Amino acid sequence: MNVDVVVAGAGTAGLVAAVRAAQGGAKVLVLAKGAGATHLSPVTLDVLGYAPERVESPLAALPGFIAEHPDHPYAKTGADAIAEAVSWFRDTLGEDYRYVGDLERNLMLPSAAGAVRPSALVPATMAGGDLHDGAPICVVGLRPMKDFHAALLADNLARQGHDARAVMLDLDVERVDVNALGIARMFDRPEARSLVAAQLAVRLKPGERVCFPAVLGLRDAMGVWRDLEHSLARPVFEVPTLPPSVPGLRVDALLVAALRRAGGRIIVGSEVVGAEPAGDGVTVRAGAAAREVVHRAEWLVLATGGFAEGAITLGSDWRARETLLDLPLAHMPEAGEPRFVPEYFDDQPMARVGVAVDSGLRPIGPDGARVHERVLVAGASIGGAVPWKEHSGEGISVTTGHHAAGRLLGAATSAKAAV
Amino acid sequence: MTVHEDNVLLDLVRGSLDHCVKCTICETHCPYSNVTSLFPGPKYVGPQAERFRTGEPVSPDASVDYCSSCGICTRVCPQGVHIAEINTRAKARLAESEGIPLRNQLLGRPDVLGALGTPVAPLANWSLRSKPVRALAQKLLDVHKDAALPHFSGRTFRRWAKRHVSPPGATKEVVLFHGCGTNYYEPELGEKVVEILEHNGFRVTIPKQGCCGLPLQSNGIFPAARSYVRRLAKRLAPHARRGVPIVGPPTSCTLMLKREAREILGLEDNPDVRVVSEHTYDITEFLLDLHDRGELRTDFKPVEETVAYHAPCQQQGHNIGKPALDLFALIPGLRTVEMQASCCGIAGTYGLKVEKRQISLDVGADLFSQVRAADPSLVACDAETCRWHIEQETGVTNVHPMDILHRAYGL
Repeated sequence: MNVDVVVAGAGTAGLVAAVRAAQGGAKVLVLAKGAGATHLSPVTLDVLGYAPERVESPLAALPGFIAEHPDHPYAKTGADAIAEAVSWFRDTLGEDYRYVGDLERNLMLPSAAGAVRPSALVPATMAGGDLHDGAPICVVGLRPMKDFHAALLADNLARQGHDARAVMLDLDVERVDVNALGIARMFDRPEARSLVAAQLAVRLKPGERVCFPAVLGLRDAMGVWRDLEHSLARPVFEVPTLPPSVPGLRVDALLVAALRRAGGRIIVGSEVVGAEPAGDGVTVRAGAAAREVVHRAEWLVLATGGFAEGAITLGSDWRARETLLDLPLAHMPEAGEPRFVPEYFDDQPMARVGVAVDSGLRPIGPDGARVHERVLVAGASIGGAVPWKEHSGEGISVTTGHHAAGRLLGAATSAKAAV
Repeated sequence: MTVHEDNVLLDLVRGSLDHCVKCTICETHCPYSNVTSLFPGPKYVGPQAERFRTGEPVSPDASVDYCSSCGICTRVCPQGVHIAEINTRAKARLAESEGIPLRNQLLGRPDVLGALGTPVAPLANWSLRSKPVRALAQKLLDVHKDAALPHFSGRTFRRWAKRHVSPPGATKEVVLFHGCGTNYYEPELGEKVVEILEHNGFRVTIPKQGCCGLPLQSNGIFPAARSYVRRLAKRLAPHARRGVPIVGPPTSCTLMLKREAREILGLEDNPDVRVVSEHTYDITEFLLDLHDRGELRTDFKPVEETVAYHAPCQQQGHNIGKPALDLFALIPGLRTVEMQASCCGIAGTYGLKVEKRQISLDVGADLFSQVRAADPSLVACDAETCRWHIEQETGVTNVHPMDILHRAYGL
C-alpha cells in the first residue's frame, strides 16, 4: 500500500502518533505484531510522579528535571510539548471519556495495593479517589473477582492514616472464572448495576465515598459511573486493577475509533520486519500470511516499545539490540560496568537503555548524526527514562507520539511551502 | 498423526509457548469465552493447559472443543504465541482419543455433501428447509434445526467453466481456486470472478481441484484434512511453479492454502504446499495489488446502495487489512459502512452444532445489531458460511465483495 505514514506499533505512543497524523491530513497505516500495551495500562496520564521525591506539581518540577536529565525523552521534546500533548489527548477523547486534572498539581490516587500513586490527568471515573481529599473511603470488593483485594487496599490506606474500610459484595456472574473484563461488561447492563447499587447502599456510612475496582463499564464508562454516583448519592471512583485493564481497553477502542474517523487504517497481526530508505521516503516490509507485504511511505514512526514488549532485547552476548532496524542504543553500560544491581527496586543500569534520538525524535548514532532520515521514534523505545520509577510512562508515550506526528506534519507543510 | 508432521507442529507450538507472559490480551479478544463459560478462554486451554498435554497421562480437559478456531487469539497476541494453532492441535488430539462423531465427519466434507446433493438439488433443498426433516436431523445428527445451511444450486461452477469461452486477447494468466462453496452452492460467484478477471485482461485457468480440508481441520480430523490439502496442492502446484498467481474468492480456503496447512497441519516441508502457499492470493488482495500498480480497470458505474462490510475472522487472518474497503471506495455512489464486530459466530461448521448454536448466536449478536443499525441494502462478506449465517439472522441479503465489483463493472 502507498501511504504517507506507517506507524509500527499500536500501543499508546503509536496510536497517538497515528491519530494526530491522520487528523492532520496524512494517510496513515498502523501495523502491529499484536494488540497494543494500552490493553494492560490504566492510562492515567502519569507525567512525572517522582524526581526522585514525590512530585506535587509536574509543571514546577519539569524544568529542573529536564536540566538534570538532558538525555530524557522530555528533554528532547521540551516541557511545552508535554503540555500540548496532554491537552490534545484530553480533547481527542473528549466527553466520551473525560480526563480531569492538569500539570499544575498531581492527583494522589490509591493503587490496587493501597499505595499512593501520583498522576497528572486521570479519567473522571478515577478522580474521586484523590487522597488530597480527606473524605472516608469505602472500598468495594466483588467476591467473584479474584484479582482485586478490597481489604488489602483499605488496610494499607488506613496504615498510612487515611480513613478507609472494605466491604464485600456477592455478584451472580454465572461462571466460575471471571476477570475484570467480564464484570465490566456486566456493569454495562443497567439492571445488573442497579442490583449492585441496591446491595451496597444499605452498607454505606454517611460521608463515605465509594471505591470500586476499575470495572465500571466497558462501552459506556462515563454513563455507568454517573449512574452509580446518582443512585448512591455520593462520589464514586475506580482503582485500576491487574490485566486485563478495562480503562486501557476503553482508551484503546476510542483511539482506534478516532483513527478510523480520521481515515487511518490499522492491521493488527502484521508485524513490521524491515524498512529501507527509498528516495524521499521509506519502504516498509511487514509480515502477512505466507509472504511479506511491502508498503511505501514518506515516514515510518517506530513505536514498538522497549524491553517489556520485546522490541529491545539483550542477547546472551550481553549486547542489547533494537530488533526492527538495529538502531543505535544509548545508555548501554560500558564494558565491565554492572548491567544490573542486586536490589530489584534500585536504579538498574539497564533500565535506561533505548534508542538514541535527537530533538526531532530522529534516531542518531553515538556521534550524534542521524542514521535514518525518514524514521521517527516514539514511546518506550526511546532511551534515557525509567518510567516505572519516575511515574512518567503515559506522559512519555503521549508526548513523544504527539510530537512525532507534529514533526512529520510540519515537515510536509514546509516541503509544500518550498515547492 | 505421522511422527514427522507432529514434530513440525511441536516445534512451532513449543517454540512459541514460552513467550506467553499471561498478559490476557487473547482472553480480552476471544469472542467465544466472552459469551460462554463452557470455553474458559484461549490462554487457559492454550499456553497454560498445553503444558499438561505432553507425557502420560495427558490432560483430560475437553473444553478445547468449544474453541471455534477463529484465530483471533493468535492475531492479537503481542508476543507471537501461536495460540490458535496450539488449540486446534489440541482439538485434533482430543478427536483422536475420544473418536469423531459422524456429524463432524459429514460436516467436514463439503465436497462429498455437495456431490451428493447437487444431482438431487430440489429434493435436497426441500429437505434442508423442511421442519420435520431438520428436527429429525437434529435428533439423529445433532445438527441444529434452525442453523443456516446452504442452498444447492443444482448446477456446478465447474460445468459452467468447462463450456465457458474466454474472450481473445488476454495477455496475463491467473489460476482460479474456487472452493466447494462456489462449485456447489454459489456458482454465479465463480462466474462473476472470472468475468472480472477477464475484464482486466486475464486468461483464467481453472484446473481440477477439490476441497482444501479446512472443515476437517477445524473439526480436529487432521489425517483426512492433510490428505485433502495435499491433493489440492498437488493439482495447483504445477501452475504455481510456472509463476502463475492463484486467486480465490473463498477467503477461509485461500488462508488454508497460504498458512494453515503449513502452520496448523504441519505441512511446512511439503514442496507442493509451500509453492502453492507462496503464490496464493485472496481475490480482494490480488485486485488491490493490481490497483496499486495502476493495472486495475476502474471503469466503474455508479452503484447506489448502502453496503455493510464485515471482514470475517479468516479474512483478517491474512493480515492484509481490508482490501475490499479500498476497492469499494473506487465505486461511485456506493456507501460502505464498516462493521466493527470481530466474529459472526458461525466459524465454518461450529454454529451448526446443536450444543453450540446458542453460543454462535450470542457471539454474532453484536454484529447483527450493527448490521440492523446500518440498515444496509446488502451485507458484503468474504466467507460463505458467514454470509449464510448473517443473512439468516439479519434478513439482509449477503454477497461476496466481488458481487458488488461485478455490478459496478456492469458485466
